[in-house]
Amino acid sequence: MAMTEQAQILTNATLLDPADGREGPGHVLIRDGRIADIAWGAAPGLPEGARTIDCAGHVLAPGLIDMRAFVGEPGAEHRETLASASAAAAAGGVTTLVCMPDTNPVIDGPAIVDFVLRRARDTACVNVLPAAAITKGLAGHEMTEFGLLQEAGAVAFTDGLRAVTHAQVMRRAMTYARDFGALLMQHVEEPDLVGEGVMNEGELASRLGLMGIPREAETMMLERDLRLVRLTGARYHAAMISCADSVEIVRRAKHDGLPVTCGASINNLVLNEGDIGHYRTFCKLSPPLRGEADRQALAAALNEGVIDVVVSDHNPQDVETKRLPFAEAADGALGIETLLGAALRLVRAGDVTLARLLAALSANPGRILGRESGRLAVGAPADLVLIDPDVPYVLDKRTLKSRSKNSPFDEAQMQGAAVLTLVGGRIVHRSADLAGAA
Amino acid sequence: MSQPTHPNYPHRHLLGIEGLSRPDIEGLLDRADAAVAISRQVEKKRATLRGRTQINLFFEPSTRTQSSFELAGKRLGADVMNMSVASSSVKKGETLIDTAATLNAMRPDIIVVRHHSAGAVHLLARKVDCSVVNAGDGAHEHPTQALLDALTIRRNKGRIEGLRVAICGDVLHSRVARSNLILLQAMGARVRVIAPSSLLPAGIERFGVEVFTDMRKGLDGCDIVMMLRLQRERMNGSFVPSVKEYFRYFGLDADKLALAAPDALVMHPGPMNRGVEIASDIADGAQSLIREQVEMGVAVRMAVMEALASHLPNA
Repeated sequence: MAMTEQAQILTNATLLDPADGREGPGHVLIRDGRIADIAWGAAPGLPEGARTIDCAGHVLAPGLIDMRAFVGEPGAEHRETLASASAAAAAGGVTTLVCMPDTNPVIDGPAIVDFVLRRARDTACVNVLPAAAITKGLAGHEMTEFGLLQEAGAVAFTDGLRAVTHAQVMRRAMTYARDFGALLMQHVEEPDLVGEGVMNEGELASRLGLMGIPREAETMMLERDLRLVRLTGARYHAAMISCADSVEIVRRAKHDGLPVTCGASINNLVLNEGDIGHYRTFCKLSPPLRGEADRQALAAALNEGVIDVVVSDHNPQDVETKRLPFAEAADGALGIETLLGAALRLVRAGDVTLARLLAALSANPGRILGRESGRLAVGAPADLVLIDPDVPYVLDKRTLKSRSKNSPFDEAQMQGAAVLTLVGGRIVHRSADLAGAA
Repeated sequence: MSQPTHPNYPHRHLLGIEGLSRPDIEGLLDRADAAVAISRQVEKKRATLRGRTQINLFFEPSTRTQSSFELAGKRLGADVMNMSVASSSVKKGETLIDTAATLNAMRPDIIVVRHHSAGAVHLLARKVDCSVVNAGDGAHEHPTQALLDALTIRRNKGRIEGLRVAICGDVLHSRVARSNLILLQAMGARVRVIAPSSLLPAGIERFGVEVFTDMRKGLDGCDIVMMLRLQRERMNGSFVPSVKEYFRYFGLDADKLALAAPDALVMHPGPMNRGVEIASDIADGAQSLIREQVEMGVAVRMAVMEALASHLPNA
């Protein structure tokens, strides 16, 4: 990959740099895996021997950065490997994924970070950035080696599917993390209040005979954490919020100048509890799908910038964990390959501009994670996605690259897809529909 | 009992009361009335399901419901097999699907299923080729219980329309309550639920019912008082503080029953916790329909299976 490559030029695209919202026709020159030149407007002179890809009619933007993906490697390779997750990512226009530490063994020591990075280097076609656990074994008691883990390559700290519930443990983790500038990503959910709950609390759950999860399970954990952020000054990222009240809580914290960012799952942005229908376990998620009013509040918060990041919350599950009665099924849905297509629904619905959306899918996560990628800038890595925002199709889960098939969008009408994905200038996905020279 | 007067039951399964129309319900109740007559004869056996196989698949133990279905099937001439599946296994759900596939291969005509998880019976119904009857799924539905309750009410009051019915107790965890709410409202009854708020599901006020947390107020003028069972594990501090306190405020005794209509009738799906949700003298008293409910249970299950029989292949 690192050999001196043939230069490439992506011509006639609509360029969109979500880092500053600039949008217009232009061309991008790629050399040695990086963006060598950007010509807004008129075509630049073609360098000798450059390969040309005609991007007419499509939007060229920084590749997506997905801050929350569960990969089964190590430990659950039958559900997903770094190779299969990265293939799914590439097909979805995601050029960087942050993998969660909920593996077996848990990513809670430098050696495992190193293992994941090496496996990714050898088998994955997109950038893989490991998030390490906040507490050893995700057990919620003893903090991990934030310094050594960061040196090994961990980009953030999270207990993944679990919240750090013990207030003292969280306070100390925040206090210590601050000295290392470490980013803590919390799954904001109070498990005691979730109890036996399996979907959003309310009329629908009551009609289905399922126990509910109140919104307060999220808001009380979020509010507690923000108190601790106020106390400690740690960099804090609420991994996924799901309801209108949480939006207000985050808005206030940002207004007060706390070092706080937050994300939302694509599922909570485009689906609601009604999608569970008659016990569809592919829609059993954590946080749960909420009501339509909450979904709309999230979409508005995304457009407003209160929600910084949209994640896929990619969580491959197989029939053994999903083909069960609803309450007994595992949480989680596939998402990384459908992230872009699903997110474009928000643009078409007029909820959010394409620039805003792409900021939440690339520029903002890039900035939060301290990466060079996520923007169209000379010298930045050539991690790029070419988007056809209009192409219609019906999603067929059998065509998904993931090893698992638990997509809530199976058989859904979709519009918009990645037609070309480049990681470090290398083409990792190319739609058959893309015209132009090879 | 299969007179052509009964309207055709248009569904392949009975998974819940939800989705049934008023004529569907009335048709089943009419058939059940005929089945009561059969069951009171010396010769109780019919040939409606002769040659058919009925499997009772119970993932949750239940002596009374299972025997009621067994007797109903036998009176219709079916070969009945009972399967009780231990629920201690870790992979309960996998057992469900695997068991469904295994049973399906044995070519049954009707499977009667009880499971501890809401939606489990729907899941199973999608995996088999025969008719499926829901004998209770988690806190979701228990349609034959609601039908037998409706039959009992109709036979004693002559109607359901316009009656004031109170459903009292652990509504939160009760499939009986959910099925009854839907059925009674579909039939035009005015339904109240009475329970401490800790035993009420979220959004219950949007079910079209009146909600009371004071039993004395709630019982005022009611024609039917339907009590629900409170599970033992929920009595001591988790949902209500103690049996003593629960009985004091939400147990049906003579004192509280006196607040209902003078000719009010008392029902309970069983098994009862005497002295917890209902006083013994009320359970055994003149206003109690509890034993009659059991008799109606067999009749309703005969009616349901007879109605399903018209959809069986080669019927």
